[in-house]
Amino acid sequence: MTDPTNPARTRPGNEPLVDLRGITVEFPGVKALQDVDFRLFPGEVHALMGENGAGKSTLIKALTGVHALDTGEIHLAGEPVSFAGPAQAQAAGISTVYQEVNLCPNLSVAENILLGREPRRFGAINGWAMRARAAKLLSRMGLTIDPGSALGNHPIAVQQLVAIARAVAVDARVLILDEPTSSLDAGEVAELFRIIRVLRDEGVAILFVTHFLEQVFQISDRVTVLRNGKVVGEHDTPKLSRITLVSAMLGRELGVLAEVERRTERRAADPAPLLVAEGLGRSGAIEPFDLEIHAGEVVGLAGLLGSGRTELARLLAGADRADTGRVLLDGRPLRLRSPRTALAKGIAYSSEDRKAEGLVSDLTVRDNMILAMQAARGWARQVPRRTADELVASYLARLDIRPANPDAVVGTLSGGNQQKVLLARWLITRPRLLILDEPTRGIDVGAKAQIQQVVADLAADGMAVLFISAELEEVVRICDRIVVLRDRHKIAELSGADAGVDDVMELIASGSTRVEVRS
Amino acid sequence: MTVIAPPRVPSRFLPVIATFVVFVLTFGAGSVRYEGFASGQIVANLFIDNAFLIVLAVGMTFVILTGGIDLSVGAVVALSTMIAAAALRAGWPAWLTMLAVLATGSVLGLGMGLMIHKLRVQPFIATLAGMFLARGLCFVISVESVSIKDPAFRAIATESIPLGDVSITYSVVVALLVVAFAAYVLHLTRFGRTVYAVGGNESSATLMGLAAGRVKVGVYVISGFCSALAGLLFSFYMLSGYGLHAVGMELDVIAAVVVGGTLLSGGVGYVVGSVVGVLVLGTVQTIISFEGTLSSWWTKIVIGVLLLAFIALQRLIVHRQRDLQGLSRD
Repeated sequence: MTDPTNPARTRPGNEPLVDLRGITVEFPGVKALQDVDFRLFPGEVHALMGENGAGKSTLIKALTGVHALDTGEIHLAGEPVSFAGPAQAQAAGISTVYQEVNLCPNLSVAENILLGREPRRFGAINGWAMRARAAKLLSRMGLTIDPGSALGNHPIAVQQLVAIARAVAVDARVLILDEPTSSLDAGEVAELFRIIRVLRDEGVAILFVTHFLEQVFQISDRVTVLRNGKVVGEHDTPKLSRITLVSAMLGRELGVLAEVERRTERRAADPAPLLVAEGLGRSGAIEPFDLEIHAGEVVGLAGLLGSGRTELARLLAGADRADTGRVLLDGRPLRLRSPRTALAKGIAYSSEDRKAEGLVSDLTVRDNMILAMQAARGWARQVPRRTADELVASYLARLDIRPANPDAVVGTLSGGNQQKVLLARWLITRPRLLILDEPTRGIDVGAKAQIQQVVADLAADGMAVLFISAELEEVVRICDRIVVLRDRHKIAELSGADAGVDDVMELIASGSTRVEVRS
Repeated sequence: MTVIAPPRVPSRFLPVIATFVVFVLTFGAGSVRYEGFASGQIVANLFIDNAFLIVLAVGMTFVILTGGIDLSVGAVVALSTMIAAAALRAGWPAWLTMLAVLATGSVLGLGMGLMIHKLRVQPFIATLAGMFLARGLCFVISVESVSIKDPAFRAIATESIPLGDVSITYSVVVALLVVAFAAYVLHLTRFGRTVYAVGGNESSATLMGLAAGRVKVGVYVISGFCSALAGLLFSFYMLSGYGLHAVGMELDVIAAVVVGGTLLSGGVGYVVGSVVGVLVLGTVQTIISFEGTLSSWWTKIVIGVLLLAFIALQRLIVHRQRDLQGLSRD
């Protein structure tokens, strides 16, 4: 699908709808934003780019009244404004859709969309009219779900679209989309972009935050790049080259990206497989599949959201129990009863949901890193403090975790650094097979490249890695073999050397109508 | 694009249905075992004897739906009977007495609600404080039981309303009105839906621009009001005020609400379920009184077993839902 480019939406004389002038926001010890100017025009899609910790979230929170400004002012349609919170910003026509779905799973879809503006009759909520209006909004977004069903019964991607429907329903003048696409598959992203274009053409000013470069070029009219709390550039997207954008975001040469870009030469994998799955499956989760993983190779799992990637990984990690088939480790049958038994056999699983299933956000970096090792030793045998400190220090350096402070509370770190802490936790246990489920989701380009590099290095050192990612480019780039999944079936296995993104996409798309392949 | 199969039997109704089945089974068991058990008047008596519990359960349902808990209700019932008895003894007219009781309960609820919302005190602790305060205040008024001799109170307490073969009291009418009004508020007003939203995910409710704070305070005011109203019904029932009335009643109420299918973690539940929960408890009590030789402590044992069974049922349902979500996530 092509996007008719929209030049000259920012033509002189056109008044900005949102005008931030000289914004500074300080947190204890950090200037999160420093003298930032930012303009958002009606009828444009404006991408806000930057690495994690560059200040994107802070800028959004400053605009929506979550953070107080230390200096600077906000003008909305020419009038100076100051919001005490998101509710006030929303009342003024600024709606935000967050990366995490901020809706209530126990309420119905219709209520989630319209609660607060629900149609009434004689003072009571008119449920029928509410569902009808919600259905209309949903069908405009191409969703055909029952508005009366509970939100929690739907997958995250659908919930995300419902959140957008809610934002749209307010008649927002300004729509902020904070990484709305990180849990959507290609078809859903296309659908979302269609909605975004409709809204843009209606004159809504859209601020779009994403980590996917492709999407920036597909959808945005202008780009503002932040780095370390400062604006480093404001560009018209059509005139911007990819490399300029990336180097502006990173503020450094692209060596690190290029490094991973060229597929690293690796020693030939062991002929004897480390782990073999034979007819392994679990009804309702993943159909029986065969899989071999050798020491020293990176096996990628490619497929759309819902294709069974995570389900497959969870079987191998012992997080779910298989009801058919068996697993062999070093040729010997292995019963995976729990993640604990898997870990004891050297299989570590890093979950896709780092907040809910991964890190303990109130504990320090050190505690989080040592957690799995401590668990493996048993609680009676405390990891000696000095060993812990040495391990932690070495992984802080090796993974370039910032701040390099073992006593920092994990919850305060940016997404990319949290992911690295999680990675370190599993690396400390010295697993033989490391299962990484979406290790690079929602993190910035620099951290992504570093994690990819680490994965390549680990394999070179003889570890087996099962790598799951929604980004095909990434899978193709770093994996030796790629297992393609569709609709909970393993449909193909490609050798990485001769697999390109197009091949994988074709396989995923073949025989399936719900995928829209983006070129 | 994404098409989701419509959910089958909505699992959120399961606990209420299960409670209703348990009620029918218990009542059926009583009917088989005892002559004259399966009569309309026995059912009516369930309501008459438990009217105050029904009102309390309604208030508690609001609180638990937001994910909170109110431990003060039993003590507020006692305080209400005490204030009513003392005020009437002092010669206050009945209407003014009732107004004073209802106001006291609501203000206590408001205080606890503000403590929980503004000072971010755990509901358990805040209402525990409220419980001690209310219980203590009873004994400030009098350490003795004070009987109620006011003619208006006695009239309301003893008068029965014939309904065909059976008769009910005014307390039952009040309780049923409270249930109907609560169901209306919970399902058809923004306040009510916000109660569910807060129980589902409080920070989301705030980000959705809903008045989460006001609702959190509001449910404790409602529970305080319901406790005071239940206290009035209890004083009709006992015709006395006493600081040791309703000891431990808060736990009976919480049990009834949970047996009625409301999740203690909030966001899921129905007022009707709580009413059926009270009826189950009442039926068990009636069976034990029919049995005659059994100690009334058997009621507690049965309630304990039921509670465990229902909590296990809820966990099962929640787990199944999580599994479903896990599957559809990726």
